[in-house]
Parts: sequence; C-alpha cells; structure tokens
Amino acid sequence: MSGGVSAFTFLYLLEAVPWTLLLSGVAFLGGGVVGLLIAVMRIVPSWPVRWLATGYIELFQGTPVLMQLFIVYYGAAVLFDIHVDAWTAVVLVFTCYSGAFLGEIWRGAIQAIPRAQWEAAACLPLSFRKQLWYVILPQAARISIPPTVGFGVQLIKGTSIAAIIGFVELTRAGQLMTNATFKPMIVYPTVAAFYFLICWPLSLLAETLERRIDANLGIKRRL
Amino acid sequence: MPILELSGVSKRFGAHQVLSEVSLTVETGEVVAILGRSGSGKSTMLRCINGLERPDAGTITFDGRRVEPRSLEALRCEIAIVFQAFNLFPHLSVERNLTLGPTATKGVARADARDAALRLLRLVGLEDKIDAYPPHLSGGQQQRIAIARALAMEPRLVLFDEITASLDPELVGEVVQVLERLARDGMTMMLVTHEMGFARRSADTVVFMHQGRIWEKGPSDRLFDAPQTPELASFLEAVLPVGRMTELTGSIH
Repeated sequence: MSGGVSAFTFLYLLEAVPWTLLLSGVAFLGGGVVGLLIAVMRIVPSWPVRWLATGYIELFQGTPVLMQLFIVYYGAAVLFDIHVDAWTAVVLVFTCYSGAFLGEIWRGAIQAIPRAQWEAAACLPLSFRKQLWYVILPQAARISIPPTVGFGVQLIKGTSIAAIIGFVELTRAGQLMTNATFKPMIVYPTVAAFYFLICWPLSLLAETLERRIDANLGIKRRL
Repeated sequence: MPILELSGVSKRFGAHQVLSEVSLTVETGEVVAILGRSGSGKSTMLRCINGLERPDAGTITFDGRRVEPRSLEALRCEIAIVFQAFNLFPHLSVERNLTLGPTATKGVARADARDAALRLLRLVGLEDKIDAYPPHLSGGQQQRIAIARALAMEPRLVLFDEITASLDPELVGEVVQVLERLARDGMTMMLVTHEMGFARRSADTVVFMHQGRIWEKGPSDRLFDAPQTPELASFLEAVLPVGRMTELTGSIH
C-alpha cells in the first residue's frame, strides 16, 4: 500500500465528517423542536393530545431506525411514487427519531419538577402556559442537560445507519474506501477514531455540566 | 356582608370523607384560626377555597362570586395562599419570585413591581435578600419571602396552610411575628395552624375541625378557656404546653 492511497483515504474520510456532523446537528435541532412539542403534549390536561404524543413516541421508539429509513426512502417510492433524495430521507427519519427520544427525556424532566411548583405558580395565578414557561421549563431544562447531551452522542453514532441507503456520511465513506482499497482494517479503525474524536468531547461536556448542576443544587457526589 | 362563604362543602378522597357539609363565613378583616388533628380536613378546606381541590358538593362564594374552575384565575388574584413547604421558585431570585405574579398576570411594569417587592421585603424584614436565591436562605427566611410573594398580588384574603409546621422551632417566632403584624394591619386571614399562642392572641375566630366537620367555632377566648365538646378539650390538652406538662408529671408520679 502506497502512502498516496493512505493520504487520499484519510482525506476522503475527513471530508465525510462534516456530513455526519450536519446530519446529526439538523436532526438534533429538528428533533429538539419536535421533542419539546411532544414533551408538552404529554403533560397537557387534554387526553386526546396526550394520547397522540404517546402514540408518536411508541411508534418511533418501538421500531428500528433502519426500518423507518427503508420505509421513507424505498417504501414511499414503491407505494406512492414519491421519490425523496437520500438527504431528505435521513433528515426526516432522524428528526422524527430524535423528537421521540428527546420528548421522552424532557417529559421525564418536566415531571420530575415537584407538583408543589405547579401549584405555587397556579396560585400566583399564572396561566398553564406561563406556569410552564416561567416556572417549570427552566427548572426542567437544568436537570435534562446531561441526558440530552448523552442522547446527542448516541445520535451522532446512530447516523451511521444512513449509510445503508447510500447517503455518504462518515460510515458510508468508510465503506466506499474499503471497497476501493481493500484495507478494511485500516479504514474502519480510522472511521471509529473520527467518531470517537467527535463524541468524546461531548461526553466530557455532559459530565462537566452534570457536576456543575449538582454543585448548584447542592448535591454531593460519592465518586 | 361576609367576604367568603362556604356552604355545605363536602369532599371525599376515595373512601375517606375529608369534608362533610362544612359551612362557614368570614368577614372582611377577620382572622380565622383553624385547629384540628391531622386528617380532620383543615388543609383540604383551605385548598378548596382557592380551588386547589374541587369540592364534591356545596358552594364557596368569594365576594359574591362562585369559586369554580373558570373563575379561578381571576379569584386567585384576590385569594393568595402560603404553603407549608414555602414552594418558592428555586431558579428565580427573591426579587423575581415576588415580581413574577404582578408582572406576568397583572401587567405591572418590572420597575414598579420591584419597588413593591422591596416594600414587602421590608415588611418581612428581608430587604437585604432581594438578590438572593431561595435555596441559600433559611426556612424561616424562605417562609417570610413566601408570605411577601403572596402579598405582592395585593390579595383581599390570604390563606396560610400550616406555614410554621416544617420550620425548626427557633425559626417559628420570626414568621409568627410577620403574621401578627398582618393581623394588626387588618388583613383578612385564614390560618391552619398549630401555633396556639398566635391563635389565642391574634385570631378573632377559632374553628375547631374534627372528622371533616366544624366541631366548634367561636371567639378565641371562649374556645380556649371553655371548650364545649370533649373532642376540643382533649385536643387542647394534647397541644397546649401546660396541658402537656400536667400530663407528663401525671404519668411520672
């Protein structure tokens, strides 16, 4: 194997990194919007709304992302003659997927806020929307930072599934380079190293945030 | 004309009848202390008044308006409540705890609300804490802030739900002082309390609740000095320091 091939491989993989980041970022932001909506829908007084949100979560948490991707990318074309490009398909699927998971994380955080806080806000008297906005969500946001960053890390690695429908992100680039160089034992460890370099700082960030929040709330950690 | 009127209010939680046909009137400026053993329905009655619990039967009328779900937001501007566990907002400064209600619901300008907050903090003796955060304050300080928060809405009736019950004994005095001052200033107040000294000194009317009913009601002197029912007599004997002392000495000898 010549040095030239290695350098080309490395550069090709490096160029795929932005696509992994872009996909993760767009899916995370889109999922964040969906997730916030879902989280709030899960706790409103109206039961049909709650039911709808629960159904959404069960659907996307209970089925593999791979199947969702197949259905959107191939299924839509076969069944309805709707042809979406790979980018649209992966963004759509990962946004819905993130929305379900972030929605559950944030719903849990909202429900971890004591009932007494709702009551105190209702007695001020704030409307339901203002109770959420001024009193509940700021407190829920604090406790949901660590699991949210944790999910972000999962998502970055999870986007590798997009390779299956031919979307060229980091993993797909690795597959292509393997096919070209027949050196999987060089290519895939390099791909893994790129993922690690993206995810590790995020994990550190999550840990730092967690410690800082614990310190603010006066929680003493045992380790 | 009374400002508050409860008529035949009943409430049950599952199989437990918490309130049975409670009727009561409160006049403007009246200080009503509500006594009773735990589980006698005192807190539930208080929570029904500002709609935190919904009675199964009976009516509650405040200033001629029925307390019911659709009138709650308007009524709660005039009926404030202070809780046993303070329930301050831990992520907001003392100032914001006090100004949130007036700015978010009455449209009071932030600067005006801050001035009002300062006045109230002076009243409860904590003006130097305006920029502090609740988790950094003592229980007694937090409860005084909570009282100030309730007063910030300029309510016409304030409900106090065992507000000294979760305080360390040495912190009770500072909160009771604030209550006494409010009572002197003519605030209409209803207090579920175990502070017998306060009830005796400051309450115009004492209500003794037992098994979800108003068992006895009258001027504080009469209820404390001449209880008409054996239930109230035994309750007073159990909670009053002197009664307890005799009980203790009696058991030793």
